[in-house]
Amino acid sequence: MSQQIVFFILAAITLTSAIAVVALRNLFHAALALMASFLGVAGIYILLEAGFLGMAQLLVYIGAISILIIFAVMMTRRMMQTRETPFNSQVVAALIGTLLSFAVLVVVIGQLYPLVPGTDTMLGSAPAVDPAIIENSTARMGLSFVSADGYVLPFEAASVLLLAALVGSIIIAWPRSGEEENL
Amino acid sequence: MSTIIDLLKSLLSLSLGDFIRRTFGTSPGIELLIDIGGVVILSTFCLLIVIFLIWLERKLIARMQDRIGPNRVGGRYGALQTVADVVKLLSKEIIHPSGADWISYNAAPILTVIAALLVWAVMPFAPGVIGVDLNIGVFYVMAISSASVMVLLLAGWGSNNKYALLGAFRAVAQMVSYEVPMILALLVPVILARTMSTDGIIAAQSIPFLLFAPVSALIFYISSLAETGRTPFDLLEAESEIVAGFHIEYGGMKFGMFFLAEFVNTLFWSGMFATLYLGGYRFFGLENWVSADGYPYGRMIGLIVFFIKTFSVYFVYVWIRGTLPRVRVDQILNYNWKFLVPLSLVLIFFVALIDKLIPAGTGPAARMSIHLALNLLLAFLTLEVLRRRGRQFRESLSGGDGPGGREALFPDDDHGHGSDAHEAPAHDDHGDMPLGSREPIAVPIH
Amino acid sequence: MIPLSWYLLLSAALFSVGLFGVLARRNAIAILMGVELMLNAVNINLIAFWRYLTPDRSVGMVWATFVLTVAAAEAAVGLALIISIYRNRDSVNVEELDTLKN
Repeated sequence: MSQQIVFFILAAITLTSAIAVVALRNLFHAALALMASFLGVAGIYILLEAGFLGMAQLLVYIGAISILIIFAVMMTRRMMQTRETPFNSQVVAALIGTLLSFAVLVVVIGQLYPLVPGTDTMLGSAPAVDPAIIENSTARMGLSFVSADGYVLPFEAASVLLLAALVGSIIIAWPRSGEEENL
Repeated sequence: MSTIIDLLKSLLSLSLGDFIRRTFGTSPGIELLIDIGGVVILSTFCLLIVIFLIWLERKLIARMQDRIGPNRVGGRYGALQTVADVVKLLSKEIIHPSGADWISYNAAPILTVIAALLVWAVMPFAPGVIGVDLNIGVFYVMAISSASVMVLLLAGWGSNNKYALLGAFRAVAQMVSYEVPMILALLVPVILARTMSTDGIIAAQSIPFLLFAPVSALIFYISSLAETGRTPFDLLEAESEIVAGFHIEYGGMKFGMFFLAEFVNTLFWSGMFATLYLGGYRFFGLENWVSADGYPYGRMIGLIVFFIKTFSVYFVYVWIRGTLPRVRVDQILNYNWKFLVPLSLVLIFFVALIDKLIPAGTGPAARMSIHLALNLLLAFLTLEVLRRRGRQFRESLSGGDGPGGREALFPDDDHGHGSDAHEAPAHDDHGDMPLGSREPIAVPIH
Repeated sequence: MIPLSWYLLLSAALFSVGLFGVLARRNAIAILMGVELMLNAVNINLIAFWRYLTPDRSVGMVWATFVLTVAAAEAAVGLALIISIYRNRDSVNVEELDTLKN
């Protein structure tokens, strides 16, 4: 019961701030709402007993990505003062398409999994597992990153991707000669 | 009567929770009450100890500068000076700058305090006296302190003030940069203890990790100086350059909250240093002493030992503040990215390698010696490289176009700026440029 | 006592909101924010499935971590592109960015 209350609070935080992200005209406020949404998702991870990923969410999304986004918002600051609508010309079509896709997802989920909580039906509640399994999940994940029959190749690929992104973004954003005064 | 004696003994042995369970029985409600009580006690302690910390810092700094410091309010030693300051802050008018962003402006001080208090949850004060022993404790600390950087942007942007925004940009650049060597340095105790839980790291320190990993301890200490924004990295509030940084528009208790968070954070990192490198509450096994009638009095010893260690580290923070001048913002970032990050990367690589090579049965003393030898070798090599670079630099000075110019002050600039340093030679030749134009971080102010 | 479907519904809703942001916003940074919301929705799904179906294996958490990595790389490169475009065109309005050359 208390878990359900926590879930609803977190879901409400996540969804309302997500709607604020797409609806707010002021981009800085949208970025703040995005942060709140990330925080709600981190809470959902912790509710799902994935504490490590919740903390990684804080570290990466709020500590790094949100800051990057806010820096970008400030660098392109003139766009925030605009009085016109934040949406483009296809907003109605986008709304209809989004609602349709959401309806399809709801129907599919409702078909596949029970919507009411309960222990007897499969997946009506989180399966009870040995606490040690949850406790050691982070360690197991770390081991599977480096073991040859685990995910060592994707892990290395991700490292290369990060390095490439680092170098690439520096090269792209590097001011060309004579452009510094426009900054 | 026996209940009162029980209560006193429980207080003395820091096992109030056990006392409540003994007296009122165990039920989910009681457990919830104990948890809430623990949270209240912990946060109240953090907020109140700031009053003492500020007094201590002012006294120490005054002694270092050959002054007396606070000496009027509350007796000869000015013990109540901070209380008077708090009353003054509380009674000030709440000012709202025009054009300020209401939500960000008002949320920032509150969020700062929340973030400063949240990290204390994993601080082990004594055996069994810990908010919650997360198995990812160290990671939790880094996540919270990384997320709290956001608050500075809120404050700087919400204030609608150029200086506040500049200060916030500087602060964010500094903190995001110094997180990198800090996380890398923190990995060393984690590797040595093979756990991320703060309590587990203490349990692994039969010999303090300071002797295992002095270089990592030094990197961690320097990064924590930058992370809390203390001298010599107090650029975010450089009074002479950007008046007060991100909290310039804050007055009264809103300013007080930023001030408070800074001190709580400093004490927290002192405690973290004591926990990770000095063995925390460990004191030759005495901290686990349980008396014959079942009260763990050792906890009190552990708490005292923990605070002695923490305040020793804290004293060094104050000492550094009394000794070192402030460094420039480009120097701060260059020092981080060109020195601390490479060094900590090399360190983490060799520590992991050596620790894997040491056979499992080796005693702690032998293991410590090997790690210490590695650290000393690394430190020696680093100093040697620095010495050579320094000599090259001095020779280039005596043979070059003479000191005084920007080139002389900052030989690395060509690498840092890349091609644009050559395109704009005027920038380099004149020493009389305004100070602001030298900052490499370009901030858009329209 | 939370059924798996609740997490999936939350994830679907978050994904749809993000999708709407991507399709309907004018500002390139706002579009990027929508993409981040969608990636978060994917991660909720991955971790919910991990907890409910394979808690004894690490596959769900591993892929959630990879999504996190990709999101970080995507944000860095995307924002660098946006800054670069803003410098050249003085606009981050995607409706105005419709020429392939200059």
